[in-house]
Amino acid sequence: MLGLIIENVDKTFISQNNNLHVLFGINLKIEKGEFICILGPSGCGKSTLLNIIAGLEDATDGKVLLNSREVRGAGPDRAVMFQESALFPWLNVIDNVEFGMKMAGVLKEERSKKALKYLKMVHLTKFKNSLIHELSGGMKQRVALARALTLDSEILLMDEPFAALDSQTKNILQLELQQIWLETQKTIIFVTHNVEEAVLLADRVIVMSANPGKVKKDFRVQLARPRQQESLDLTYIVADIVKELKEEVEKVAKAEYDSDWNIKKAPVLSDINNNMGIGL
Amino acid sequence: MAYKIFVDLFSIWKPYTFPSPLAVIKTLIDLVADNTLGIAIVASIKRIIVGYVISLAIGIVVGLTIVRSKYLDENLSALILGLQTLPSICWLPFAILWFGLNESAILFVIAVGSTFAIAISIESGIKNVNPLYLRAARTMGAHGLKIYWNVIIPASLPSVISGMKQGWSFAWRALMAGEMLSATKGLGQVLMVGRDLADISQVMAVMIVIIILGLVVDKLIFGRIETNVRHRWGLDRA
Repeated sequence: MLGLIIENVDKTFISQNNNLHVLFGINLKIEKGEFICILGPSGCGKSTLLNIIAGLEDATDGKVLLNSREVRGAGPDRAVMFQESALFPWLNVIDNVEFGMKMAGVLKEERSKKALKYLKMVHLTKFKNSLIHELSGGMKQRVALARALTLDSEILLMDEPFAALDSQTKNILQLELQQIWLETQKTIIFVTHNVEEAVLLADRVIVMSANPGKVKKDFRVQLARPRQQESLDLTYIVADIVKELKEEVEKVAKAEYDSDWNIKKAPVLSDINNNMGIGL
Repeated sequence: MAYKIFVDLFSIWKPYTFPSPLAVIKTLIDLVADNTLGIAIVASIKRIIVGYVISLAIGIVVGLTIVRSKYLDENLSALILGLQTLPSICWLPFAILWFGLNESAILFVIAVGSTFAIAISIESGIKNVNPLYLRAARTMGAHGLKIYWNVIIPASLPSVISGMKQGWSFAWRALMAGEMLSATKGLGQVLMVGRDLADISQVMAVMIVIIILGLVVDKLIFGRIETNVRHRWGLDRA
């Protein structure tokens, strides 16, 4: 069958003192062309899951099937975008974009033609001869996106690619990513801890629970595209998901902080004299 | 000026222990004129280039081998670090026994002097390559030799170049020591002749030539490469 299937994936990190069970029995079916967001508190193993799909880490148990073939090791059929752009500082922008094609042995002429096409898609043709350190954070992620697109992979894996950007840059890139997804018809698996971002982008939001990481709930987001950040429809779904997520965040916090930590469940915030509004 | 004050007025230094700048310049001109210096420089440069290329080749092979094998790394790294601290001239007795009093002995000393610095810099350069670059390259289909050639080597270049620079200065020192003890021509030998004839201005003149040569090579070759790499990486924007 077409698409990506994750079957009973388990991941345990073994260290001297304790074994950390990060992922537990993950089962997911992702259809071709779907936009999936994996959402969860920090430490729930969402990045680990993405790395396993990418082939950068091995699952302790279970397997990942892409179009019915088991995935082994990293490869250009699953492009990855990281939180840091991971562009190579010794190459200029266009050489960075061409890197994947160079590895595949594409001829120089065709390479630069295709690189320019994708640089155009991310609107950075002006900077094709710039050095990497001359670009801003948002521009670097654009170049990284162009570089990932040149691989012509069916799947694009994104590991919090916008998390380090300022919110205006992030908003613009989110809108453009929707557009690029529609144009290229890729399957995108997008890891984030930002609920608004997940709802804005995804067809399906997978909420993960922590310790061990499991799929907790699978939300379908059936809203018209292109979606805008300020759209009210988003907020309803965001509220639903936040409720689901809150439990998990608290669970993680409890495990990390001192044992007396508890989230304050005060219904109102009162001042030190408890005179709520008396002076009005 | 300073020389005049110290030597002539206060007689703190004797002219035969500290030559006057004029005498040095005169000797320098004489040395150039009778072509002693020219021949010496050519001989020395030839030696150091051959010796340095040998040490580069060995250093690169040793460095890469250590990176590839954890066993060798654990067992050889300390030894190599130790060997690097050993001044290479200590190898001269061995070199003379193995190769005789000739060119090869000096080349051996040069190679031994700089090869370990190069090997160590290659090892640490490769070990310190940002793993993110390797992960990104692997997801783009690079593996095996391609990853070495296209990612690991360029990524470790800044540290490898500083190692090569260090290796060059070690090689230069080894060359001088070797020439002073066992050569028939070369800068070190000219300097030794100056010593033997108690001609301190000749010693000084050769020292100046050595400094100038070192500076020129550093600025023209390593300096340029280094500036270029630093600019590419954006390391010059402090």
